[in-house]
Amino acid sequence: MTTINLTNFVCPLPLRRYPQIVMGHGSGGQMMNELIEHLFAPVFAGAGQPVPLSDAAVLELPDILANGSRLAFSADSFVVSPAIFPGGDIGSLAVHGTVNDLAMMGAQPLYLSASFILEEGLSLETLGQIVQSMAAAAQIAGVRIVTGDTKVVERGHGDGLYINTNGVGILPPGINPTPGRVTPGDVLLVNGPLGDHGIAIMSLRAGLQFETQIVSDSAPLNGLAAEMLKACPDLHAMRDLTRGGLAAAANELARDANVGLEIEETAVPVQLAVAGACEMLGLDPLHVANEGKLLAIVPAGSAEVVLAAMHNHPLGQQAALIGRVTETHPGVVVGRTAIGGQRVIDLPAGELLPRIC
Amino acid sequence: MKYLDEYRDAPVVRNVLAEIKRTVTRPWTLMEVCGGQTHSIIRHGLDQLLPEQIELVHGPGCPVCVTPLELIDKALVLAARPDVIFTSYGDMLRVPGTFVYAKTGTQANDLFSVKSQGGDVRIVYSPLDALKIARENPYKTVVFFAVGFETTAPANGMAVQQAAREGLDNFCVLVSHVTVPPAITAIMEAPETRVNGFLAAGHVCTIMGVGEYRPLAEKYRIPIVVTGFEPLDLAYGILNVVKQLEAGAYEVENAYARTAPNQGNLAAQKVINEVFEACDRAWRGIGVIPQSGYRLREKYVKFDAERRFPDVGAMQSIESDICRSGEVLQGLLKPDQCPAFGKQCTPLTPLGATMVSSEGACAAYYKYGRIQD
Ligand code: SF4
Repeated sequence: MTTINLTNFVCPLPLRRYPQIVMGHGSGGQMMNELIEHLFAPVFAGAGQPVPLSDAAVLELPDILANGSRLAFSADSFVVSPAIFPGGDIGSLAVHGTVNDLAMMGAQPLYLSASFILEEGLSLETLGQIVQSMAAAAQIAGVRIVTGDTKVVERGHGDGLYINTNGVGILPPGINPTPGRVTPGDVLLVNGPLGDHGIAIMSLRAGLQFETQIVSDSAPLNGLAAEMLKACPDLHAMRDLTRGGLAAAANELARDANVGLEIEETAVPVQLAVAGACEMLGLDPLHVANEGKLLAIVPAGSAEVVLAAMHNHPLGQQAALIGRVTETHPGVVVGRTAIGGQRVIDLPAGELLPRIC
Repeated sequence: MKYLDEYRDAPVVRNVLAEIKRTVTRPWTLMEVCGGQTHSIIRHGLDQLLPEQIELVHGPGCPVCVTPLELIDKALVLAARPDVIFTSYGDMLRVPGTFVYAKTGTQANDLFSVKSQGGDVRIVYSPLDALKIARENPYKTVVFFAVGFETTAPANGMAVQQAAREGLDNFCVLVSHVTVPPAITAIMEAPETRVNGFLAAGHVCTIMGVGEYRPLAEKYRIPIVVTGFEPLDLAYGILNVVKQLEAGAYEVENAYARTAPNQGNLAAQKVINEVFEACDRAWRGIGVIPQSGYRLREKYVKFDAERRFPDVGAMQSIESDICRSGEVLQGLLKPDQCPAFGKQCTPLTPLGATMVSSEGACAAYYKYGRIQD
C-alpha cells in the first residue's frame, strides 16, 4: 500500500488547511468540489479511470440488446472497521464486493458507482489512501468507476467512512447460474482456504497476534468465474462466501434449491493459522467471513474440467471439491466430520462471538 | 495443527469406539460436566458413533447457561447506566434477561439491545482489556462481567489484583463464578439422578488438579475421569468410565495428564485463594448450591460491582415458567423433551440460556435434531 503524500494533491487549500474531513466537505459547495477535484479525480484519473465527477453516467453497453445478453445490476455497502487491514482496505473491498456479486451471477462487471459517507474528522491522508486503493482495485478487476457521491456526517455518527458501490455487468446468453438449477448429484467446489478475511479483521480488532500474520483474501472473482464458466457454461450455481462464510452460502443454496448439501469437513481447505485462531476463539471456520472465495455447484460430470480451470487461475490454485448435493434432508447442510460422525452446519444466529472458556 | 489433528485422527478414534463397543455389556448413563465437551461431542458427531447402551447426558458446566437470571438483569441495568462502560466476554451478550429499559420503556432483554439503545457495552477477550479501558476512561466506571468456572477465575482474580495495585478505582467486577465439585455433589444428591459416571472437565483440572474429586468418587461410588475436549480425548474418557463401571470400580482417573497435572496449577490456585472465597451461589435453572461459587474477599470488596452500585443488589427476576433448562442442566431431561424446544424456543427466540450459549445443550440439540427430520 502506498501512502499518500498530501502535496501530491496539488491544491494547498482547503485540503491543506483541513487535514481532516470537516462538515463543509459534504456541503455541496466549494469545499466539496475541491475535495472531488483534488482528491478523488487525480487518483481515479491516474488509475486510468474516467473521473466520476457527474451525478449520473451514460454507459456504453456493447451488443446488449443485439444478441440476447442481459444486464446484471448489484448494490452493496461497506462498513468494515478498521478501514485498513492486512491484505486490503475498505476501498478495495468495496470494489471487490460488488464485482464479486455480479460475477456470481455469471455476469462480466463493467461499471461501478462509488458513494462515500465520511465522518467529520476522518484524515484526508487515510481517505486518499483508500481512494487510491479503490482505483487500483477497479483497474485490476477491469471495471470503471463512472459516477459517485459524497456526504459528510457529524463526528460520532459514522465509523470513519462508509462506502456504497453499485455495479452493472453483462450476462452473456446461455449463462445462467441460479439455485433453481442445483440438482442432487451435483458437486460443491471452493476456490481456496476459508476464513482468512474474518480472522484477519477479528485479530486486528481483538489485538490478537498469531505466529503467522493472517491476511485478508479480498480479491475480484470475475476473472476466475469467467474461466470456470468457459470450462462449464452449464455451471449450476455460484455464491461468493462473504459474511456468514461457507455455512451461510451453503444454507441459502440448500434452502433456495430445496436440496440437502453434504460437506466433507476434511476436504474443506483452511489455513493452519486460521484453524488455530478459530480454535482459540471458539469459532467455526465455516462461519467466518471471506472476501475472495466462492462456492460453485456444478454437475458431477464437469467437476474435473472446472477444477482444472480453477487450478490454472491464480485465485483458484487451492480449489477443492468439498461435497455434494443430496436428495435427503432438503434445506439442511450436513457436515461429515473427520471421525466419521455427522452434524448440521447451521447459520450462526447473529454476530460471531468469541466464547468464555 | 499437528497437535490438534492427532486427537482427531479418525482411525484411532474408531479403534477406541470399537473397544467401547467390546467393553460395554449393559446400559450406562454418563455425564460430561462441561459445555465445551458437549459442544465438541455434537460438533464431531461422536454421540452417534457410540453403542446404544451408552447414553450421554449433558451437565451444568456451561458458565453462560448457569449464570442466574438476576445477574443477567443486573448486568443489563449496569450496562444501561450512562456512567458505566460494561465489558464482557462475547457469549454473554445474547443471553436474555427480563430487564425493562427504564428510559424508553422498551424491553432490552439482552446486552446487545442495551447497546443498541445507547449503553456502552464492549466485548473483551480478557479482563486485562477491561483494565485498559478503565485506564483510558477515568471518568467512567468500567464493569467487567466476571463469569466462568475455575478456568477463568485466575485471570479475573489477577485483573482485580492489578486494579488494586494501580489504584484503578473506576474498575469493578460483577462476579458470577461457580465451581465444579459442589455441582457434582448436587447432581448426585438429587433423588432422580441417573448419572453412573462423570467425564470431568480437563481444563478445570488444569487449574485445580484432581484432588477434589477423590472424596466425591468415594462417597457416591462413581467413576470420574478427567477428560479433554478433542474427539479422541472424549472417546478415551468414555472408554475409561465404561471400563470402571463394568468392573465395579469408582476411581478418579486422569485421562488428560498431558495438560492437567494431578496437583493443578499452584500459581493460579494462589491467585484464586488470595482474591476469592467460597460462597453459596445460585445456578440458573438449578437453584442455590452451597459453597459452589466464589465471591471477592473482604480485602477486595471495593471492586465488587454489586457493592459499588447498591441499587442492583436487591433486584429480583422472574424466570420463564416454560423453560426447563434446570432439568436439562442436571441431566434429567433431554433438550428435545422440553415442550418448548424448537417451537417457542429456538436460537433466535431463546427462552433459556441453554438455547443461547454456543455450548448450551439445547442449542447443540437444536442443530443436531434437525438432521433427523
Ligand atoms: S429448549 Fe428452550 S425452553 Fe426448553 S429447556 Fe431448552 S432453553 Fe429452556
